Amino acid sequence: MFRDIYVTFYQFLSTFGAMCLFFLRLLQHTPGVLVKRFGLVSYQIYNAGALSIVIIMVSGLFVGGVLGLQAYSNLERFNAEDTTGIFAGFALIKEIGPVITALLFAGRAGTALASEIGLMKATDQLSAMEMMAINPLSYVAVPRFLGGVISMPLLTAVFTTVGLLGAHLVAVELLGVDVGAYWQQLQSALDMEDVREGIIKSVVFGVVASLLAVWEGYNSIPTAEGVGRATTRTVVITAIAVLVFDFMITAWIL
Amino acid sequence: MLRAPRGDRLGPLRNRSRTLPDNLIEVRDVDFSRGDRPIFSNLNLTIERGDVTAIMGPSGTGKTTLLQLITRQLSPDRGQIIVDGVDIATLSQSELYELRKRFGVLFQHGALLTDMSVFENVAFPIREHTRLPNSLVRQVVLTKLHAVGLRGAADLMPAQLSGGMARRVALARAIAMDPDILLYDEPFVGLDPISMGVIVKLVGEISDALDITSIVVSHDVHDVSAVADYCYVIADGDVAAAGTPAELKAASSELVNQFMHGLPDGPVGFHYDAPDYHEQLLGKRSERA
Repeated sequence: MFRDIYVTFYQFLSTFGAMCLFFLRLLQHTPGVLVKRFGLVSYQIYNAGALSIVIIMVSGLFVGGVLGLQAYSNLERFNAEDTTGIFAGFALIKEIGPVITALLFAGRAGTALASEIGLMKATDQLSAMEMMAINPLSYVAVPRFLGGVISMPLLTAVFTTVGLLGAHLVAVELLGVDVGAYWQQLQSALDMEDVREGIIKSVVFGVVASLLAVWEGYNSIPTAEGVGRATTRTVVITAIAVLVFDFMITAWIL
Repeated sequence: MLRAPRGDRLGPLRNRSRTLPDNLIEVRDVDFSRGDRPIFSNLNLTIERGDVTAIMGPSGTGKTTLLQLITRQLSPDRGQIIVDGVDIATLSQSELYELRKRFGVLFQHGALLTDMSVFENVAFPIREHTRLPNSLVRQVVLTKLHAVGLRGAADLMPAQLSGGMARRVALARAIAMDPDILLYDEPFVGLDPISMGVIVKLVGEISDALDITSIVVSHDVHDVSAVADYCYVIADGDVAAAGTPAELKAASSELVNQFMHGLPDGPVGFHYDAPDYHEQLLGKRSERA
């Protein structure tokens, strides 16, 4: 049993090390890609970001609505329902917005990235680029990575905004909380430190989710089963990594 | 271009690498394994400039692996691969990419970029490596597509092409940068007779017209023999035989004879290694007792 633990730990460390090197190689190619291939990056922002907007907005609306309901029903006991906006706003901006956006991103865009790159590998498209003296890292991996990193904070902003509107709909329009109190309480309680926390998290989650998706696709076994497994691993590992990083960032900031 | 026949398998070929000035590619004393499974053991062969050289052999003998070694997609465990006088193991990444610009590779299934049209696929290496104006790129691409007979398919997407057409587009892309060396990985696999005839014709014509050194990896003896100047038969990790197609057809080696004439049984057995048939079906006598 100890041997199994040792082997698993060794494999984890070697994979983690390889992934760190892969990340450094992505960063190394980033300036060149931004200058020479910005068209590819902007297409990937559209691909990972714009095409995810519908799922992000719908989810944001309902998550915000649930927060509004929960906040109202609990705060009403203390006659503090006017602070529903603070409850919903803090939860959305600091925690739920970045985390759920990252999880949705992993499910929608991360899987698409991993399977697309995996299929390119399985059909020799990456090898063909190598043989044409075109580095697939800079043509395929980096634009997709940057597209994800840039999209995530934008998607988080959309999710949080729509979430606040969802909470407003439920708390103000359905349950009768005063509209002035809802927004004024939120505005006075919230400061830039709180917004900054949300922004830091969304950027870190963007890096983590995009890196894992590109890594899994790039290192998938070039078979149908291998691509499927890479896609599944992208969602599972990203979900765990996002929650771990969320805890670490929260602990660091608090 | 006359070469000494490499004779029968093993003996005279081992530990011998010729250094004729015409040698464009030399594989010297190469060992290569995948995990515990040895693929090549002390492999030596040379590819002469301007020739169409066929690499043949039964399935699973490492023909595609050899192409990957020649282009340094893989690195040998031991030995050297010399391309135009340069040991490719010593090249930096940028030097390797410069060398690869001299290669054109036709992959087994084309490996076309699926999000680009036929035209853009062929234009891809030109746009990446040159600063030609669009009008000139268009002319070059249409010329290459015309050479493979698919100028009219320029606007199609790869998903709209048949297997043979995809292979021809991939060939147009492989010659887009006018390479010195063209590598064909199983170019005839899975094609109907007409498409196969077209590809065979193109391999010969492109090699002659552009004076390209071509390496054709295939186990299709008949079609490869029609275009090859020289052939290597690889088996059991080494060169089993080498010579012109005519010499190989007349070879006395049992293995070469089996391969060249497509005999179902011989040194390469019909049956994969297995326990005794009767014992496996009926069980050992001791067990039955």
